[in-house]
Amino acid sequence: MSPLDFLGDLLNPDLRFLPKALAVAVMSSVVCGVVGCHVVLRGMAFIGDAVAHAVFPGLAIAFVVSGNLIVGGIVSGVLTAVLIAVFSQGGRLREDSVIGVFFVAAFALGVVIISRAPGYAGSLQQFLFGSLAGVPDRDLVVIGAVGLLVLAVLLVVHHPLVTVSLDREMARALGLPVFVYDLVLYVLVTLAVVISVQTIGNVLVLALLVAPAATARLLTDRLVVMMVVSPVIGAVSALVGIYVSWTWDLPVGGTIVLVLAAAFLVAWLVAPRHGLLARSGRLPAADDERAVLVTSAVQ
Amino acid sequence: MILEIRGLAVDLGGRGVLRDVDLRVSSGELVGLIGPNGAGKTTLLRAVLGLTPTRAGSVSVDGDRVRPRAGTVGYVPQRHELDWSFPVSVEQVVLTGRTGAWRPGRRPRVEDWRAVDRALELVEMQHLRQRQAGQLSGGQRQRVLVARALALDPGVLLLDEPFTGLDLPTQESLLVMLGGLAAAGRAVVLTTHDIASALYTCHRVVLLNRTVVATGTASELRHRTEVWTRTFGVGPDSPFLSVVRAS
Repeated sequence: MSPLDFLGDLLNPDLRFLPKALAVAVMSSVVCGVVGCHVVLRGMAFIGDAVAHAVFPGLAIAFVVSGNLIVGGIVSGVLTAVLIAVFSQGGRLREDSVIGVFFVAAFALGVVIISRAPGYAGSLQQFLFGSLAGVPDRDLVVIGAVGLLVLAVLLVVHHPLVTVSLDREMARALGLPVFVYDLVLYVLVTLAVVISVQTIGNVLVLALLVAPAATARLLTDRLVVMMVVSPVIGAVSALVGIYVSWTWDLPVGGTIVLVLAAAFLVAWLVAPRHGLLARSGRLPAADDERAVLVTSAVQ
Repeated sequence: MILEIRGLAVDLGGRGVLRDVDLRVSSGELVGLIGPNGAGKTTLLRAVLGLTPTRAGSVSVDGDRVRPRAGTVGYVPQRHELDWSFPVSVEQVVLTGRTGAWRPGRRPRVEDWRAVDRALELVEMQHLRQRQAGQLSGGQRQRVLVARALALDPGVLLLDEPFTGLDLPTQESLLVMLGGLAAAGRAVVLTTHDIASALYTCHRVVLLNRTVVATGTASELRHRTEVWTRTFGVGPDSPFLSVVRAS
């Protein structure tokens, strides 16, 4: 199928679910791309994975009682994120251990709950791996509103969040409520996951959080540029992924993730400063650092 | 500007880490805090900042209780506390030193960037302001951390192990810089394991082992064997004491 045929299908009134899925995938990618920058820079990928699994029982309950999946996912994800943050504060257990306990428990609870629903296998597959037809009309507005809310909150807390991510000890000394900002970030990750999960799936949503931001990190050394490049990579990958998925009848979530992985590999090879080719074609890193020091001394 | 600590006691995990700590540092003074590992040096700095709860005692600057957002006390934690792989420039790192007093949503203003300029000028790092923080050498990183602590123009500056991992010439240039900051009217307190440098450069040295064992200038303390043996738990014939006397 040519891109023009794909455009024709997007405009076809009998295929209304297709532009809707594309809109949700692009919105999710943009939101996850921005939130993912914090996830990648703070080394929070495991937390992102945990949150992705933690929304599952909420989705399952909402599905069984025919409620709103997004609301169910938000309640469940935020509750688990708060529990992880609270249990991690004591210092007795490392955060990854607490996450390991909670996210598996939450996911298991989701599996048990959804097993009570009729058509269990099909529903489970749709939740785990996403679906083009998985977004009801009423969710489109909610997803857009939640996405805008996440971006607005990130804009408001950008500077203190960077201070906390950069140096927690100094942030405390400055009087910033580090725990509150951790909590805010957990909740934002949860919201980004929830709005993405219906299209891309519970298992694969982590890639939407991590891959675009990791690719952008390879391409730039500037935080603000990274936060612009990452959502662009995510959105373009979602568009290409849906096109490929629609053309060859492939699972949409998996296809988007494969496109993201391909973008990451390309950046890893050809990124201007940090790519494999750039690194192999110039001085080793240690010499590079010495060159910086010599330049500084001369200045 | 006077930093005053009175009768400070800190317990951590049910164990007394500091007791009856009395210390007074005036503006213009560069004070070295010396003691063995576990003596409570970092704990004392953290307690002054309110980061570690105290069991007893008080900390004040010019008679007022120290509050984190007031900007009266600048803090330079150990270098490894900062994530140097973060994609930020030197000036952005220094700017974070001002964010504690900001309400959410506030953007940097002209006066913030002016304060960043001033702080970078004090540590002689203006020419590297656009450089990625992760590309700096150890000494340059330490200067950036000092600039960040100076971004709110505090009267008191606390530094935790600023010389760890630095070669001797870099340590010397940092000490000269810190001496300059003290001479400009700040009270500067640093913790260090480099006794020779502290005795040579600091105006006053405080020997700490859970409490203040002794305080004085290098010439006052150098030959008082008993205070060094009490602080470091060494015998009177320890070669360590020869090093102290020779410093």
